[in-house]
Parts: sequence; structure tokens; C-alpha cells
Amino acid sequence: MRLVLPNPGLDLRIPRHEDLERMEKQEAADRPKWDNKAQYILTCVGFCIGLGNVWRFPYLCQSHGGGAFLIPYLILLVLEGMPLLLLEIAIGQRLRKGSVGVWRAISPYLTGVGIGSMLVSFMVALYYNTLIAWIMWYFFNSFQDPLPWTNCPLNENRTGFIPECQQSSTVDYYFYRVTLNASNSIADSGGLQWPIIICLLAAWTVVCICCIRGISTSGKAVYITAILPYIVLAIFLIRGLTLKGALSGIKFLFTPDVEELMNPTTWLDAGAQVFYAFGLAWGGLISFSSYNPVHNNCVQDSVILSVVTGLTSVYAATVTYSIIGFRATEKYDTCINENIRTLLNGFELPEDSITASNYNAALHHLNSSNPDTVFGLDIKTCDMQKLLSEGVEGTGLAFIVFTEAITKMPGSPAWSVLFFIMLLCLGLSTLFGNIEGVVVPLKDFNLFPQKWPHEILTGATCFVSFIICLLFAQPSGIYWLTLFDNFAGSVPLLTIGLFEMIAVVYIYGIDRFNEDIKFMVGRKPSIFWQITWRFISPLIVLVILVFYLVTQAQKQLNYLVWDINSETFPALTSIPYPSWIYAVIFLLAGVPSLVVPMYALCRLIFVSRCC
Amino acid sequence: MLEKILLLLSLSLSVAEGLCKPGVGEAYKVRFSIKTALGDQAYPWNKNEMFLFRAALAFAMRDFTNGEEFGVSDIHPCNETQRVSFWFVVTRPKTMDLVDKGTVEMAIKKSRNRINGAFLLTDKTLEFDGIYPTLAAPVSPDTPPWLIVFGVVMGAVSVGIIALLVYPLVQRKLKKNMDADDEDSDEETGVKTAENGANDGIYNSTFSDDERFTQM
Repeated sequence: MRLVLPNPGLDLRIPRHEDLERMEKQEAADRPKWDNKAQYILTCVGFCIGLGNVWRFPYLCQSHGGGAFLIPYLILLVLEGMPLLLLEIAIGQRLRKGSVGVWRAISPYLTGVGIGSMLVSFMVALYYNTLIAWIMWYFFNSFQDPLPWTNCPLNENRTGFIPECQQSSTVDYYFYRVTLNASNSIADSGGLQWPIIICLLAAWTVVCICCIRGISTSGKAVYITAILPYIVLAIFLIRGLTLKGALSGIKFLFTPDVEELMNPTTWLDAGAQVFYAFGLAWGGLISFSSYNPVHNNCVQDSVILSVVTGLTSVYAATVTYSIIGFRATEKYDTCINENIRTLLNGFELPEDSITASNYNAALHHLNSSNPDTVFGLDIKTCDMQKLLSEGVEGTGLAFIVFTEAITKMPGSPAWSVLFFIMLLCLGLSTLFGNIEGVVVPLKDFNLFPQKWPHEILTGATCFVSFIICLLFAQPSGIYWLTLFDNFAGSVPLLTIGLFEMIAVVYIYGIDRFNEDIKFMVGRKPSIFWQITWRFISPLIVLVILVFYLVTQAQKQLNYLVWDINSETFPALTSIPYPSWIYAVIFLLAGVPSLVVPMYALCRLIFVSRCC
Repeated sequence: MLEKILLLLSLSLSVAEGLCKPGVGEAYKVRFSIKTALGDQAYPWNKNEMFLFRAALAFAMRDFTNGEEFGVSDIHPCNETQRVSFWFVVTRPKTMDLVDKGTVEMAIKKSRNRINGAFLLTDKTLEFDGIYPTLAAPVSPDTPPWLIVFGVVMGAVSVGIIALLVYPLVQRKLKKNMDADDEDSDEETGVKTAENGANDGIYNSTFSDDERFTQM
């Protein structure tokens, strides 16, 4: 006898198997459906493969032991990602509703799970589309030669460059000053940056047009947004491998350090990455799967999706690190050449006496004979390892490291256009799932009159989101974005994912769920799925959540700012958040997580009181 | 007579050598990086190249002072190193007065390109210590190119939105015109009942409500 919580009236709320068969035969036109299976798979692949695969996974891979990181990643992919994926896909296909509808059908007390998913999808959509806006800005600016971030602007008397640019670098200056006009702190919001505003307008309009009729438009758009990144990655791989230094980057990425496997943070980061990479708990997957035919083989789909996501992560990491290796080698060579020049000038030696090959020997010789002169020359140490590991995560990777690498490639505008189109496609395909996870629950809630077509609902959502996104168009926008990224897209997802698993396994009933899958696919799910659904996956998610909360609570909340006047310039300075930020953090992370128990509690109190 | 000339020559030489002292007074340091600039096609540094330098600098002084007859002998180099760097001072023609640093600097700045060109070098490979090259201003087009691309994208998207919104309205209008003949719809229902056989009619899912309970 399995542990199932009492759930009266469940049979009345969900369609029976016979109803599903009948609906399938009648092909009821009131619910949209996929044109073909390929559209569904491409949409899900596009949803799962996002910007995080390009700029989060490679960094995690390299910093947690290189090739050895693949071991915890693949293990957790199979034990945590795949079961949750099948759970969401199957429940959507079975109950044929969006995220709010599904949880409400399972139990009216669980509507909070759907609301939480919707809130998280909405907040993530806000900052994700701002990233898309920045990518669009760079994309628009890539159609010129030389690229605008190749050179610093000149100062007034044209003898040198602007000091802010001189001290940091051209790409840093272009990102933080020209694009964002970053202020010194999150509290410092002075006006709006109009280039960002019009890029936000462009971004939200593109999203609106792609999602305007739900999957009938977004399903066509994914043919491009899901396939193009693979093609561009292939082009970059070929280009990257022919560049000098690419192999050192790939070696750096994959050199295994088996000792890292002993470190619990490695496993935690792997688990968190698998969770976020799959787009679980956003509600988009449930929605997409509800448009599938009833007898679609969802087990096979979840396996295919997991394999594709895992392979794409490794593929993107290889491409990323080949380019990073190239840039690091270029910078290293420049550094060595600078030092050689300084030595030649300082000691008045003929030009060819010191080359890159005998640099170390020559430096050693000169240092032993004239240590004071050498010290006075202020030779910088050129560290290849440091160059390989700097700025390789998040926005820093795309807008600083990669843009710099592209300026050093011949034919830079073409590469820049390709790169930013790829990022645009990656981001847009994830956003389709997000918007689906926001608009469909709004529809389920009947907040808007039923007569209103889907177009108006999508348009209104996009418009309201655009207005709220103007928060990110301020000079302090980047700090708000990092805040959203850290808090809106982390704890709430883990909490909702946990509640989802508990809901399906213990409230809906694992026996009933098995029967449903047997009805849909033809075979009861194997013992692997049983064990992972009932024990392993919830446990893994719970452990990650607890560890995350504990580590967050222990450290003081700091953030990195771009401050010209600080000592660590050009490196970002770490300063503490102002105290009112805690209220914002509660809004971002606390509200979606707590809405689940709060809704259940409110319903318990109010409904039981009145009826 | 010969001795007097020799005496004068040696005097002037010694005075000149005394004039050119590295690091002090009106002396400038110049540095050549020929191998860096030209690689395999680098020419060796020798006395002829030094002569060319003195001639080029004399030209620069003449050009700046508008005709004052500077000659090769008015440029005095010293402390030549293997790096190919040396100091030099400029003296006025006829007299041995040193030309001040400011004038020399402005003369070099004016004719920098010509001096560079004479040696097939650039501002970076022919350096005058203390004289910063005036950098060329970047070319900025009238319309920033990004605005053009933005306009194209927004135009395409707006056209797309309008098309998507107008298309179903147009289709509905066409359908209304076609629905004037009722024969088509009758035939369809007829076929459907024949297919369904045992079932009575079409199951109309509107009548099965999904939410049996009153919602909160």
C-alpha cells in the first residue's frame, strides 16, 4: 500500500481515460496542437538549451575539475533531471492543461504551485529579455568595420585615450560605459538609458510576434531559433580549432582533476545546473506537453531531451573554450612582447636578442646581473592560467571575453554577427517557454474575459513586461539584473520542483500516475523511474535546496560594481547591498516559494469557514 | 691657415659633442624598431641611415621655421646604442645656439608622417621620447549603423504583426462569402454521422465542465 495523501474528488476533476480517447478521436479544435512531433521536440530542446549552456556550464566544468565534472553532471542528469522531466511531460500530457490547471486539477489546494510557477516564469522573463536586449544592441552594432569596441575613444587633445578606457580595456569600457552607463551602486538610479530602452522595445516586440498566437506562431519560429545555434556553434568550432591557442583552451577545460569530486560544492553545483538547464518548475514544459496527442511516447521524449541537453552542453563548452584559449594565447603573447620591448628599451639591446623563446632565460640572466634596473622597469608577469580563467562566466563571457576574442579574428564583423545571432536564438527559444508559462496560467485563471483572443493577452503581457523592464534600463540596471538572476531564478525553482514531485507522487498517487503512463505509452514505467520519483530525485532537490539556503544565510550579501574611483579598478569592486534590498529579495525569492503553503492555508481557512 | 681651419673644426666638433648630452638640456631621444616593423625586409642600421635621419630632421626644421636654412650638420646625434636609439640636439644654422625643445617638438609633430615615411616606419616603431603622436580621430558616419539595422528589424517585425492580425480577419470575410452555399455543410454532417455509427452524434465537450467544484 503506497503512501498517498487523501485527495477526495480527484476523479471528478480530471478527464478519465475514456474521455481522453474520445477527445483524441474527435480532435477537439478548442485546444491548440503541434503540427508535427519535430515542432514539439524542437520547442522543448530550444527551451532547455539557453544562454546558460554557453556561459554557465563551461565555467562550472572548468572550475570544478574539468573533465571530471562530467561525472557528477551526467549522474545527476540521469537521477534528477530525467525523472523530473518525465514527470512534468507526462502530467501535462495526461491532464491536458497548463501549469495552474494541472495542479488545480490534482488538488485545489495545490493551485499555489501553479501560481508560483507563473510568478517565477514572469520574473525570469523580465531579466532574461533584458539580456536579449543587450545582445540585440551588440548585434545591431556588429554591422560596421571596425567594430565599435575595438578602439577606445580619444580624449580632448587627441594625444591619448579616455582614462577610464585606458585603465580598463576597450571591451570593458564599451560594455559598462557606452552600453550600460553603469552607476556606482544599485541605489544610484539616474535616468534611463535610451539605447537600452529601444533595444528592450525591439526585444519585446520580437517576442510578442513570435508568441502572439501561442504555439501556432512560436512553433514555426523554433525551426530557426532551435536549429540555428547548432549550425553557428559548428562554424565557430571549425573557426576556433584553426586559431592559435584553441587547443590549450580545450585542454584547460577538460583536464580532469579527480580530487574535485570529493568537494560537495561540485555535486551541488552540478545538481543545480541540471535543474536550471532543464527549465523545470517553470510550467512551460507542462504546457507544451499538454498539446501533444494522448498516446505520444513521453518516456522516449524525456530520454531524448536529456541526452540532447547533455551533449549540447559539452559541445557548447568545447566551442566556448576553444575561443577562450585563443584569446588567452593572444593576450599572453601580447604581454610577453610588451615585456620584451621594455627589456630591450631599458637595456638598449639589439632588437632580435630577446625573442619569445629565450625570454625566460634572458630575463633570468638580466635579473641576476642588474636586479635593480629590472625592478625599476616594472615587468608584468604573464600568467597563462590566469588569462584562461578570467571573466569566463555569465555576461562577462559574452560581452567581454568573446567580443575581445572576436576583434582579434580576421573578418570580425561577420563573426560578431554570427555570435550574437546565436545568442539571440538561444535566448528567444527559452523565452517562448517562459511566455507560455505566464500567459497560459493567466488564461486558466479566467482573469481576462474569455472572448479576448490569445493575441490580445500575449500583447498585454508583453507590454506590461516592457514597462517593468524599464527598471533595467537605468544606469543601475545591471545590478538589478544580477539580483534577479541570483534570487528569482534559484530558490523558488527548487522549492516548486520539490512541491511538484511531492504533489504527483504522494497526492496524485504514484499508482495512478503509473496507470496513466501505461495508458498513454503502453508500458508501465520501469523500476528506475519508480525509485527516482519516489525517493532519489526529491531527496537530491531537498539537499540542494537546504545547502543553498544555509550557504546564502551565512554569507553577507555583496555584489560587484563598476566603480572608476575604487582601488581595485579595473576589476569589479565588491560592496554590500543596502538594507532595503532584503525586502526586494523577499519579494523575488520568498513570495513564489511561500505562495504554495500560503494558498493552501488560505483555502483551508476561508473555504472551510464558508462552506 | 690650415691649422686655423683644423682648430675651428675641432672646436666646433667638441662644442657640438658637449652640446649633445643625453637626458639634459634640449636633447631628445629617438628609438628605431626596424626589425619589428619590417621583419624580413628590415634594412641594417648604418651611417647612411643616420645621414638620412639628420637630413629628414633638417627638413622638418626648415619646414617649421619657414625657410631657415638648417643643414645636416645642425643635427648632432650622440650615444648611439645597439638598440638603435640615440640622443640628438638641434643647433641653429650659422650660430651654435641650441634650438629649444618646444620648437623641435612642434617641428617633428608637423612633419611626423614625412619622417616616418622616409624610414618606412610608423609612429609606434619610430619613437621620439616625450613627443606623443596625435591620434587619428575615428571615422563616424552620419547615421550610426546600428540605427539602420534596428530600423530594418523593427520594420520587419511591425509588418509581421500587422499581417498576422489582419490575415484571419480577411480569411473570415472570405469564408462568410463562401458559406452562402449551404450544400457543403450539409454533406459534411452527413458523412460524420455515417462514420460514427454506434455513437450518438458528436460529443460536445463544452457541456462537460472541467471544474465541478466552485472555485475559491
